[in-house]
Formats: sequence, structure tokens, C-alpha cells
Amino acid sequence: MKREQVPQDDENLMDGRGRELCYAVDENGNYVQVLSSGWAPKNAALLQAWAQINEEAKEALIRVKAGKVSPLAFFMARGMFDVALLSAYLDIPKRNIRAHLEPDNFRHLDDAMLGKYAEAFNISVDELVNWSETANILLKEKWSEFLRKDSRRDGDE
Amino acid sequence: MTIDFRHSQSAHCENGSTSNLLRYYGVDISESLAFGIASGLFFAYMPFMKHNNLAATSFRPLPGMIFKRTAASLGIKIYRKKFRSKEASMTALDQALDQNIPVGLQVGVFHLTYFPRPYRFHFNAHNLVVYGRENGQYLISDPVMENVESLTYEDLMRVRWARGMFEPRGQMYYPVEVPAEIDLPRAIIRGIRKNCRDMLSIPFPFFGVKGIRYVSRDIKKWPEKLGEKKAPLYLGHFIRMQEEIGTGGGGFRFIYASFLQEASKILNKPRLRELSQAMTEVGDRWRDFAVIAGRIIKKRNSDAETYPAMSAILSEIADREHLIFSELKKTIP
Repeated sequence: MKREQVPQDDENLMDGRGRELCYAVDENGNYVQVLSSGWAPKNAALLQAWAQINEEAKEALIRVKAGKVSPLAFFMARGMFDVALLSAYLDIPKRNIRAHLEPDNFRHLDDAMLGKYAEAFNISVDELVNWSETANILLKEKWSEFLRKDSRRDGDE
Repeated sequence: MTIDFRHSQSAHCENGSTSNLLRYYGVDISESLAFGIASGLFFAYMPFMKHNNLAATSFRPLPGMIFKRTAASLGIKIYRKKFRSKEASMTALDQALDQNIPVGLQVGVFHLTYFPRPYRFHFNAHNLVVYGRENGQYLISDPVMENVESLTYEDLMRVRWARGMFEPRGQMYYPVEVPAEIDLPRAIIRGIRKNCRDMLSIPFPFFGVKGIRYVSRDIKKWPEKLGEKKAPLYLGHFIRMQEEIGTGGGGFRFIYASFLQEASKILNKPRLRELSQAMTEVGDRWRDFAVIAGRIIKKRNSDAETYPAMSAILSEIADREHLIFSELKKTIP
């Protein structure tokens, strides 16, 4: 890759957190470090991963709203937690988590337990309790909307 | 309390923390040198091992290897410790900082507050250096970030105790003894030799050049075997391993080419510079491969941009890398 070919396909996936470093050759064939704000193929792969996560989260949300499963299911899908990982984070047995996935049990959780879940999911207890609202906000994050944006430039050159 | 530590951005977190930590002790090696000395270039494809239902693919050796191998090769003694309790891991960190020791840490990125949100997966093999404490904040030199960052006690403890694959368990590391004389040429030669072995001679079909050939054969079958929905997910996963933050582009091939260029000067072997150029060209082919994959993911591929086309590129890459490492072996016997 030549220095002037280092892509700058910024789709705001760095979340306003600066650029990443790449290696490329200058006009004399010497390696130099160049900052890049993104590259279309890799952006596509990352956005695809989020589209997949969001699809699973939406499916979970439908089951939550139908009362088949507790709101934990949505946050687990969205946060990529399976029961084993969540059990490790909360330091409680897996069967407890499976129990809390029952809507009735979830409604009776105390604040301490809700706090543990909220911490693992990186949200506040309020956001966990008001899960419907939170779900709407999370599903609207800009980088979740990959497949819906058709007007975007191609930009993989 | 702050340590006079120079933050320097790198492509890959472990190269970067290694090179930044060593530089603090007067061992001035670049990210590329750290990577090459540690024989950092690798390839593994293990479709029978699934991670989130996707085939395990890696362009690097196991986490922790870069620092370990680079230090060992340069004769630097290191302190490395995992902990049983969270509090103990924080106390040990504080004690090291009190002695003006910048400390390398393995952390998870899921709860890493300053990390770009779209990149916060459950990835636990991230590396950073803590170089001080100020107003209740830990000062962080994260090698992949442009600027220095900071974290509270709770936030730092949380990422040091991330759970799941490659659990850090508070792991911290730093050099404790640096020899007066560093034998850089010897370390470079050893690094290249080991990398030739890793890429050419592991007797399983999943690793090194053989692993690339394996994907090249397998990828043609993905659409049929996995179906129209899952095949692009496999592609996406592959591209993320190849290009996501940390590889410097082209699955580390450009960093390795940069290493060969530096090695050529240090060892005074012009042939290495030629091989560096060949490696750059292979890196470009990995990028060509990713461009097709990216278009297939976005359903914008032309008629020529297909799974067989990607298979052909990978096969060519395997041939080229076989040649490069065979030549390297001859150059550094």
C-alpha cells in the first residue's frame, strides 16, 4: 500500500475517538506510519456484525414484548452475552440467570441484583427497568443501521 | 503522580505496549521490530472451532506472545502476574506505580469506556500501559489510541477483570532487568527463523501457508455449505480479523514488510529489502481480497467478484508467501 492510497473512508465508526495507524510505503519505497479514518471493506464487515447483533436483539425484543421471556434476553442479545458469560460476570450460577429470564422472576428482582445486571450490560438500573425505552434508543444507534442506508456512496475504491 | 512516559501510537496494541514499555527502559525498538522479533506474523484457520458460530481465524499468535518473545529474545527479564482477587490486582498496580514503574495490562474492551463503541466486543486480549495516577484517575497510554486516556479505579478494575475467552485475571507485566548490551541482530535473526517455521513447517493443515491454502479451498464452498445468509457473515468475520484495529492493514503483512525493511538495514542484507517489497505486494493482495469480500457483504459485487475469485486470490497469496518465507529461510539460514 502506498502512502497516498491509505484509505480515509470515515463512517464515524471510530466514534469520534481519533484515527488508527496503518503502514504504507512512501515515494522512495520506505515504510512510514499513516493515520487512517477507516476503510470501506472493513467498515462493511463491522457494520455487518452490528446489523446481525441488532437483528438478534430485535427478535429477542419481540419475545420480551410478547411476555415469553424477561427483558434480560434483549440486553443479552444486544450485549453479546450468553448465559455462561453473564454468569461469569455476575458471579452467580447459570441456573439463576435462566430463572431470571422468566418474566415473573425478573419482575421480583431486588435492586442489588438489577444493579449487577445493569453493570454488566453497561447501562443504569433505570435503563434496565425502563427496558422498552432503552431498547428503542439502543436500536437507533447510527452504526446499527447498516443495511437500511441505500443512498450511501460505494467508496471501496 | 505521573511517570515520564512517552505515548506513541501503534497499529497493534501488544506491539505498541511492548515497544513503548521497552523504550522507557532505553531499548529503542519500533513497533515493527517488536513484531518481527516476536515472529508476530501468522495465519490460522480452524473451521471446526467456532467463536460466536463463526470459524476461528487468526492472523496473529496467541495473546501475550509478542511481549514475552520480544523480551526473551532481547535478554530482558520480565515480571508478569495474574491475580486471584480484584483488589489485590489493583494494589499491586498501585505499588508498581508508586515505584515509578509503568505497567502493561491485559484488558477486555467491552467495558473500556474510552474505546470507540462500535469496536466494543467481548475481546479480552487488549493491551495498554498505565503510567500514573492523578486526581483519582489512572493515566492510560493505549497504543491504538491517538492520545492518552484516563480511567477511574472502578472502570480500570472492571476491564482488568473482563470475563470470557482469554480472561485477563488482572494480568500485569513490565520489564524488570534490561541487559547493558542488547544484541538486536541476533534477536532479529531468531525472530525471522521462527516465523519461517511457523509459516512453513507446522505439520497441520490449519496453520501458516497451509492454512491459507485451506481457506482458499474452503471459501469456494461457503455459499453452498453455509447458505446465502451465513456465508457473508463468515466473510465479514474473516475481514474483521484481517483488517480491524490492530493489524496495520493486510493482516499484519505491511507491519511485517516494514520490519523486514528495518532488518535489512540493521543486518546489512539488501535481500531483505527486496523481500519486504514482495511482502508489501502480498499485503496489497490481501486488501484486494477484502475489497471483494466487502462488496459481497454489501451485495454490491460485480459478476467477477465472487467466492471463486477470492479463492484464486488466496491461492496466489499462499504461493507468494510460501516463496517469500522460503527465500527468507535461505537469506537467514
